[in-house]
Amino acid sequence: METLYLLAGGFESALTLSNLVFAAIGVFIGTAVGVLPGIGPALTVALLLPVTFKLDPGGSLIMFAGIYYGGMYGGSTTAILLNTPGEAASVVTALEGNKMARAGRGGPALATAAIGSFVAALVATIGLAYLSPVLVKVAVKFGPWDYFGLMLLAFVTVSATFGDSPLKGLTSLAFGLWLGLIGIDQLTGQARLTFGVPQLLDGVEVTTLAVGLFAIGETLSVASRHLYSPEQPIPVKGSLWMTREDWRRSFFPWVRGTLIGFPIGALPAGGAEVPTFLSYNIERKLSRRPEEFGHGAIEGVAGPEAANNASAAGTLVPLLTLGLPTSATAAVMLAGFQQYNIQPGPLLFAQHADLVWALVASLFIANVMLLVLNLPLVGLWVKLLKIPLPWLYGGILVFAAMGTVAANPSVVELVLLIAFGAMGFLMRQYGYPIAPAIVGLILGPAADSQLRRALQISQGDPMVLLQHPGSAIMIALAVIALVLPFVFRGLAKMGKDED
Amino acid sequence: MSTARPTRRPYLIIGLLLLAVAAVTAWDASTMRIRANYGVGADAASYLVAVFFCALAVGHFVAAFWGPGTTVEEIDLRAVGWVALALASLVAAISLGAGFILGTTLLFAFTARAFGRRAFLADVLIGAVLGLLVYLLFHGLLTLALPEGPLERLI
Repeated sequence: METLYLLAGGFESALTLSNLVFAAIGVFIGTAVGVLPGIGPALTVALLLPVTFKLDPGGSLIMFAGIYYGGMYGGSTTAILLNTPGEAASVVTALEGNKMARAGRGGPALATAAIGSFVAALVATIGLAYLSPVLVKVAVKFGPWDYFGLMLLAFVTVSATFGDSPLKGLTSLAFGLWLGLIGIDQLTGQARLTFGVPQLLDGVEVTTLAVGLFAIGETLSVASRHLYSPEQPIPVKGSLWMTREDWRRSFFPWVRGTLIGFPIGALPAGGAEVPTFLSYNIERKLSRRPEEFGHGAIEGVAGPEAANNASAAGTLVPLLTLGLPTSATAAVMLAGFQQYNIQPGPLLFAQHADLVWALVASLFIANVMLLVLNLPLVGLWVKLLKIPLPWLYGGILVFAAMGTVAANPSVVELVLLIAFGAMGFLMRQYGYPIAPAIVGLILGPAADSQLRRALQISQGDPMVLLQHPGSAIMIALAVIALVLPFVFRGLAKMGKDED
Repeated sequence: MSTARPTRRPYLIIGLLLLAVAAVTAWDASTMRIRANYGVGADAASYLVAVFFCALAVGHFVAAFWGPGTTVEEIDLRAVGWVALALASLVAAISLGAGFILGTTLLFAFTARAFGRRAFLADVLIGAVLGLLVYLLFHGLLTLALPEGPLERLI
């Protein structure tokens, strides 16, 4: 009941005209930028952070929520119509969705993706509203050791559990942690790794790293591999409406996708693509027409899209209640909060309760807006897909430069941006994931200060981390998550040797 | 598209780089003079990260000598060069005081060239209009300062 009461208060402040306008702008920009190939939700939020710098915190956080949900919607449109998914999470959508579009069923594919996203985001946002207060009650009892254990677990799950090589994920994480060291130490006021450059004393901005790695790295990567072949979006022919048969075949995949996606997003289990792959495989197993998979089965669009959006909403649970980002997008959102000196975590629900609940309420509003906006405007989004890539990437670089220069007008910042871009290019070239670096940069300093606080209380005894059950369990889980992939690989290798 | 054979050499080079960064980090930590009264000081995190880097370097050496190797796609260095030129001209324009609009104009036009466009003058024009719009948005609506040059002072 308390949650309903708080949520009603949230709706009251979210339904003011100015906040509705912010939500609408966010949803519109989020979808538009999400549709553009090569720009995922993380980069969208990072590019738009400096633009909102001078706006009112409540309004711009509501806008970010719109951008976050909108970017997810936009990504699925690209995946279905262009077969070049903008981010890892919509790779699976492209498998069946693009086949459907080629078969002239682009309309129903877009519709099942949009409605599935709506259902998933609705259920997951309700989950967020009810789960967060419970988690907050637990989290206020957390000591610094528990936070350190939790961050350790997040580091491992973000970088090592999934992906092709834990070594590469951990290396990317280490790069982010190392960047997090740069700057003035909060507790003693000493400079770390600044090499006498005064502009480095404030540390490395998360947005500069994200924009450099994503925007410039992606541009270099696409240009150098000549990936700009003139692929044209498939025109949407026929009706946008789903038949009764389509509804029947989509309903349970939506529900199952939501149930898979939300817990994976909410538990810091990392990786937006994992629930989509899981959902796809389950739908293929359960389908009465498994032969259609690979040729445009609507279940293969409905399930993964729902899973994708449910896990995106789930990611907000650890972000808001613990201040723990478990994806690149969440890390950039955290930077957005910090830009207004708002620190997500259990205290956020006490100090800025009105803001939190307005944000949750506007997630519901953004979700409805997306459903209403998306399908009728699909013609507009398709036009966006026709922007020639030379201009698109030229524009992306202009916006990247603009954001960085506006946030911090110094040549050093610009050179850093370009250096991160070069790094992002090399990381793509050699198969190192990007997200762990961004999470490492934003969580590294936090983990550092929690560890030192814990050791101050214990007077330097590191065993304090293992003496408290909470931190001991989380550190154990982190070790298991780290070792497990190697064990599995070892087992797989042994299996192969026996063959 | 041609893909090269699997190679192990990148792992060796990256492993050596990781060791170098670890050494720099540890050296930097050793220059910190202020010690904490309780617990650990600011240097502890640096040493932890340095140790982490060393462990990753070992992992890379293992991959370099016993791993299956990695395939690296061939790249078009000329396209990379055009993007590099685009970014360099932006930095030059801003550090020499030529202003944001000129910088983004060149950035846009050279980037478009990297993606195979040949109509350079048209792209310069588009870039200039884009830069002008962004400048007006930031300067007028958001009152955020962008670097100014002769062009911006005329507006």
